[in-house]
Amino acid sequence: MKIKAIALNTFKEAIRDRILYLLLFFAAVCIIFSRILALLTVGDRVKIIKDVGLTSLSLFGALMAILMGVGLVYKEIDKKTLYTLLVKPIHRYQFLLGKYFGLVLTLFIMLSLMSLIFLAVIFFHTFRVEWQILLAILYIFLELCLITSVALLFSCFSTPILSSLFSLSFYLIGHVSWGLETLIKKLRPGTGKTLAQLLYHFVPDLENFNFKMEIVHKLPIPPKIFLFSTLYGIFYTLFVLTLAVLIFRKRDFI
Amino acid sequence: MADVLRIEDLHKSFKLGFIPKKKKILKGISLSVEQGEIFGYLGPNGAGKTTTIKCILGLIHHEKGKIEIFGHPHLSLQAKEKIGFLPENPYFYDYLTASEFLHFYSQLFLMEKKEKEEKIKDLLELVGLEKAGDLQLRKFSRGMLQRVGLAQSLLNDPSLVLLDEPLGGLDPLGRKELRDIIVRLKEEGKTIFLSSHILQDIEMICDRVAIIVSGEIISQGTLHELISEKILFTEVILSGFEEKELEGLGESFSVKGGKTLLRVLKEENLEKILKLVKSKRGKIHALTPRTETLEDLFVEVVKQR
Repeated sequence: MKIKAIALNTFKEAIRDRILYLLLFFAAVCIIFSRILALLTVGDRVKIIKDVGLTSLSLFGALMAILMGVGLVYKEIDKKTLYTLLVKPIHRYQFLLGKYFGLVLTLFIMLSLMSLIFLAVIFFHTFRVEWQILLAILYIFLELCLITSVALLFSCFSTPILSSLFSLSFYLIGHVSWGLETLIKKLRPGTGKTLAQLLYHFVPDLENFNFKMEIVHKLPIPPKIFLFSTLYGIFYTLFVLTLAVLIFRKRDFI
Repeated sequence: MADVLRIEDLHKSFKLGFIPKKKKILKGISLSVEQGEIFGYLGPNGAGKTTTIKCILGLIHHEKGKIEIFGHPHLSLQAKEKIGFLPENPYFYDYLTASEFLHFYSQLFLMEKKEKEEKIKDLLELVGLEKAGDLQLRKFSRGMLQRVGLAQSLLNDPSLVLLDEPLGGLDPLGRKELRDIIVRLKEEGKTIFLSSHILQDIEMICDRVAIIVSGEIISQGTLHELISEKILFTEVILSGFEEKELEGLGESFSVKGGKTLLRVLKEENLEKILKLVKSKRGKIHALTPRTETLEDLFVEVVKQR
């Protein structure tokens, strides 16, 4: 109940932020632009629309999560609104989770709006509703939940600018870390390979949530891959949130 | 009487600067606040008043010492349920209206809907904001924000209310109104912990005070115990005399309109002045004996440090 109250207030605050609508506007422009891009392409045009659309959803969703998430706690400390809130009978973790779920709710609504535009563009091209697209969007949402937790973690101890840089780095590293896997395969056994393996376990692999290729080209996906990605997302998010709670619990609000 | 708030040997230091250097802010604060009193926490700027309050509320973790509220550890939910807090220069979610804001905070106390509505209405009335309930907080003046801040601190009908510099920045009328509300809260049986550096207000409404200077409490007790009722000097405003005639009777200052202000330290000089006025047909406009004030005590103890 207390977490819900904080989450709803965070949601009310987030939907007033103009940056959200600016990003939504650019996402819509990119999705609609994919239709024009498809006209210039030889071959299966709908694949271009799906590919560009899903990439826009992932990219603009991540930007929303990062730009809103990095200010979540920082703004409360900076504006001192948290002083009166934390002295109420709530635990610090309840405050943090309330902020997190408030932003996740905002992102869910924004992603739903972007998805509606995206599905409408596909519908006007194919006159069919492509339900399997929703599966790819669901995993984009799971990725956004993880990115939000990372932005929240940085927001607990850093300024918004630094937190944005850290969170963006997390997003970028997360999408290129699969390269390490290829490197590990090609390296001969030894220190180099062990180091690469160790590094691979530490850096996030956000490609686990990327089913664009499979959905666009209608390739079969084994259920265990879905299960792995879901568990990876849930446990990684829980780990980052726990870390954020531990840091936030120790903080002094001077 | 039972202790509502008990602080024992509280220590806190902060690491400040680019190359962190430890600075002691609180150096062993001990105090106790009794049921139903207004406790004044006095100190110059930077003495550690707000740090103490933040330690009590758990916004800052203290290094050493013990804080108990109604016998519970200060961070427990049982303790938090019984306290209300108004910070210095309060900032709230300015996109909410006063009613929405109080509604949001009341949810954190898990209040019933009907109870919530009634409480919010009563509180807005108490702080004189009944007509501003639907106004966004960003449109509020500083005084109005202070009032809505007080309203949020009373949502849970707290037994202990902590007010950090509540009267700072208010106009004289606003200060009087807030003082009246604080006294009314005391009459309702609440205990008030009031931090301030506005001595007149503290003197007017507090039962007991503690003076903190550089992180240490240097004086603590009831106003009666701390301030002597002995007459320090008498101020006499008189006219119809040359300055020479008053020499040796007291320190003289000229006042507008041919009047002289005389600060008389010895009682026998006062009698001499009265005789002089009779014989020379002069006029006494005012005769005011001055006892020690909280300000005198405060200036003295701060200077000693």
